Formats: sequence, C-alpha cells, structure tokens
Amino acid sequence: MNRRALSLLVVLSVFFLVLPWITNAYVLSLATLFLFFAYTGQAWNILMGFAGQLSLGHSLYLGVGAYSAAVLYSHFGVGPWAGLWVSIAMCVLLGSVVGALAFRANVAGVYFTLLTIAFAEFTRIGFDHFNWLGGSGGLFLKVTQRDQIDLLNLRGTAQMFYYVMLALAVSALALCTSLLRSRAGFYWQAIRENEDAARALGVDTFRWKMLAITLSAAMTAPAGVFHAFYYNNLFPEQIFNISRSIEIILGPIIGGIGTLFGPIIGAALLTLLADGSTELVAAIGWDVPGVKQLIYGTALLLVIVFLPHGIWPAVARKLKVSK
Amino acid sequence: MPIDLVNLANVIVSGVLTGLVYGLMALGLSVIFGVARVVNFAHGEMMTVAMYFAVMLFVHLKLDPFFSAFPVATLFFVFGYLLQANIINPFITRPDHAQFMLLLALGVILTNSLLVIFGPDARSVSLDYLLESIELGPLLIDRGKLYAALVALSTALASFGDFRYTDTGTAIRACADNWFGAKVVGLNVKHLYALAFGIGSACVAVAGCMMILLVDLTPNLGPAYTLLAFVIVIVGGLGSMNGALLGGVLVGVSEAIAGLFIAPSAKSMLSFALLIIVLLLRPRGLLGGKL
Repeated sequence: MNRRALSLLVVLSVFFLVLPWITNAYVLSLATLFLFFAYTGQAWNILMGFAGQLSLGHSLYLGVGAYSAAVLYSHFGVGPWAGLWVSIAMCVLLGSVVGALAFRANVAGVYFTLLTIAFAEFTRIGFDHFNWLGGSGGLFLKVTQRDQIDLLNLRGTAQMFYYVMLALAVSALALCTSLLRSRAGFYWQAIRENEDAARALGVDTFRWKMLAITLSAAMTAPAGVFHAFYYNNLFPEQIFNISRSIEIILGPIIGGIGTLFGPIIGAALLTLLADGSTELVAAIGWDVPGVKQLIYGTALLLVIVFLPHGIWPAVARKLKVSK
Repeated sequence: MPIDLVNLANVIVSGVLTGLVYGLMALGLSVIFGVARVVNFAHGEMMTVAMYFAVMLFVHLKLDPFFSAFPVATLFFVFGYLLQANIINPFITRPDHAQFMLLLALGVILTNSLLVIFGPDARSVSLDYLLESIELGPLLIDRGKLYAALVALSTALASFGDFRYTDTGTAIRACADNWFGAKVVGLNVKHLYALAFGIGSACVAVAGCMMILLVDLTPNLGPAYTLLAFVIVIVGGLGSMNGALLGGVLVGVSEAIAGLFIAPSAKSMLSFALLIIVLLLRPRGLLGGKL
C-alpha cells in the first residue's frame, strides 16, 4: 500500500467515525445499509472472488444466522452475543454440508451455483411451514424503547447499530486483506484461475474450497444476527429469497470480484443508486412498483457489459492506488 | 378405496399434462444451454413476457392463445436471435459468471418492466371451453389442459425433427458437440448460436401461451419458473432434449402428488429436493450424456 492509498484510508476512516454526529437519521440508515452490504459482499467474495465458486444461495446463511439468534432470544431469552456463536456454528455446519456434498461429488461451475440455489430455496419453503419459528407469518422480536443503548442485548439507537455494522465491515476488510496475502489466499486464487493445474501442483483443492465455503458462511452469520435485531422481524419469504442472495452479490460484482475494495465500492454505489432512484422516481412522480428494480437491473446490465472487471479496478488505476 | 384411486389417477393425469407444458419450457432452456452454452437465467421471465403477450392479444384482439402462439413464437425467435447475436455472443469468451450475471440482469429488467407496465394484479384468459372437461371412463380431463399439452408435445416433436433432419439442425448439433470443430469446417458458429437461442426462445414462447391456460398470471412468476426450468433440465439431463420432456412430466406429476398429499404451497420443496439429489448422485441427469 502506497502513501496515496494510506492517506485516502485515513480520510475515509475519520469520515465514517464522525458520520453519525453530522447527519440525520435517514442518511444514517442508508449508511448502515451500505455497511451491511459491504460486509455481506466481502463474505461472499471469499467464496467467489477468491476461490472462484459462484454461490447464489448466500441467503441461506443470512437467514439461518438470523433465525438462530432470533429464536434463542425470543423463545429462550438468550442474548444476541451468545446467540451469535450459535448462529456462526449453524452456518459453519451448513456451509460444510453444502461444501462437502458439492465438492466431493465434483459439482462445479453452474451446477454448483444451482445447488446453492436449491439449498436456499428448499430451506425457504421449509421455514415457511415451520410453525415453531413463526412459519410464513414471520418471527418478531420484542421492540423496546430505542433511547437507551443496551449493547449486551443489541437494543438501542440507530447510532449504536451503525457503529456495530461499521465494526463488522472494518473487521471483514481486515480479515480479507490478511487472507488474500496468506497461504490460503494464494491457494484459492490458484483454484480460481485453474483448478486442474492447482491440483496437479499438489494443492488439496477440496480442503481449500471447504475452508472458503465455511469461512464465507460463518462470516455471513453475524450479518444475519444484525438483520434480525435491527429490523426485529424475520420472514422466510424475504430473508431466504433468491433476490436477497442477488442483493448480496451485486455489490462485489459491480465493484469488482476478487478485489478487497470492490465489495465496498459496489455497495456504496448501489446504496446511492437506490436512494437516487427513489428520489428520481418521487421527483418525476412515476412512483409505481418495479421502477427502482428496473433502474437497478439496467445499471447491473451496463456494468456487466461495459466494465467486465467491475468499477474498482478501473478507479484504482485512475487513483494510482493498488487493487 | 376406489374413489381415492380415481382421485389419484386424475391428479396424475393432470400432472402429466401440466408436465408436458413444463417440458416444452425446459426444452427451450435445454436447447439454449446445450448449443450456445448460455445459462439462461432469464428463462422464466421470458416465458412470463410471452404469457403477457398472449393475454394482451386475447383481451384486445380476442385471439385465442392457441392461435396467438404462432405470432408470439415468431416474435420471440427474432428477439432471441438478436439477443444472442448482439449481446450474448461477445460473452462467449468471458468467464461463466459474467454471462450468468448478464442474463440475471436481463431477468430483473424483464420482470420489473412487466410490473411497471401491467401492475401487480393477477390476469387470466377466460374461455368457455377451459371450464369443460372430457370424461374418459372414470377420469375427468380438463379440455384446456389437454389441448395445451398436445400443442406442447407437437411443438417439442417439431423441434426434435428440426434438429434431427434438417441441414441447419445438423449444423447446430455439430456446434453443440464441438464448436471449435464446427468453426474449422466453416460453419458460422455465432449465427448458429443465435439460431439456437431463437429456437429456444420460440419454444418458451409457445410454452408461455399454453401456460396462460393453466395458471393465473402475475409479473413476478418469472424467477420461480426459471428455477423450475433448471430443476427439470437437470433432472432430465442438461442438453438432452428427450430428457427435458421426461423431466417436465416427472416434475409435473411430483408437484401434483405433493399438492395432494402435503400442502400445495410445499410442492416445489419436493422439486428442489429432487434437484439436490440428482446433482449429487447423477449430475448428468437421467438421460444426459457426458458432462
């Protein structure tokens, strides 16, 4: 990392740290949403961007992570920080089951993608009929007054949630930075570029792919817990939906798959785009359902056609900072 | 209990008929994947667009969906050809996921364009004979469903014949087997890919015109049908044409039976379980060749 990049990083850190003190509630909620997708994008990027396995079923880990902690809290009174570990354990278990089945049976490429979708959809319909967890009617957490900060129970103000998400996003970035330079990171990239060649050179591809999927799933779990306690309601139809998986992967794809800052840039652009299109739609009075998603889809199409490697690599070259 | 057996037989027959329409939809996906190697993640969305065409032609021109299938299929053929020739062909040499995302984006655009244009309300086609049924011994068969299945089957057979017996069909199959070899012997691979995408689109257009006789139409049907089409082609064997029809019938029947014995809302759970099992145990599908 050169001096230019370092100074950019310092400016950004200060900006994000003071943001809650200089903006209103609406901007803060947008910023929280941005950090949420920067974080989940980072988690997904480990599996796809680093190890080259395209998962379109990350809503599975988000949903199971969310439901685990939420059920422990609402049914048994177990706090979210204890529940977090259960969530992570559940996601590690699920990730290793999906990974072990897929990678042992040599399910690769588009078949792997379809398998991840199938698991997520299967779980979605299962949760829809699982009445103990609220079924399709949803699971709700008790909403308490939001003026006091109770970090232990993750109950508190919007500022608290913002800082929790900021901490998560920064740790994810730090983790991914060190991962990419570790032995695992180099093995993953070898597998991504050419799996047969990697195996021929003696890389235990099964083992490293397993590490990628379990790590990616485990990292998605805290985002699920956050989602449950931030929104206080969970519906299988929403949290397990394939459109949720697509939302997770949009950021990294638009920003740049396999890069460290791609997921962050992508999430920022998408949040701005979502907000911008909401205002645009309101301004021209064309407020019918679907317009926002239409703008989203078009933006995605344009990026894929014209910027095959995403936005960040192009920007990084301009700013003369390393990828 | 004989009454229950009759009931079951009725459900199975209805599942087979619906399954043939599913099969034609999946056949389109299978052709597109088998030849052009395009994972058409906008397949269900394309079918939903075809269904809207059928409904609009019915509402405004009183055109029966059995007749509107011809113009809609022609339109879709042209659309599919142009889409592949202009937008997807440059992606042949790009990584798989890029192409995947391209079609996903197209699907999002199609679904939400429909939502913007037509709104979220459910629509359907009301024809008198759709309410009639044919008595065949103890069986009661929906006339609409029967005709839809027959049209689907004959469209599928026509495209089988097209691929098997015409020169263009042979060339397309050559492309599917080995695009490099096809290029070497002087075939215009990009043109043939576009043709394959056009034929696949025409199949899904006919399937859509038939499907409008079976279900109520809303703009957000697309993603579920995309997934269903993938379940079917993978169960039958991705790239295998007979497999698509067989898979369609299997999924149609299993959905119908699941709707009878479990909850109707849980029926697609069975399809996804089937997909997981087939992917893990026999990834090339029931009738598929080598991967």
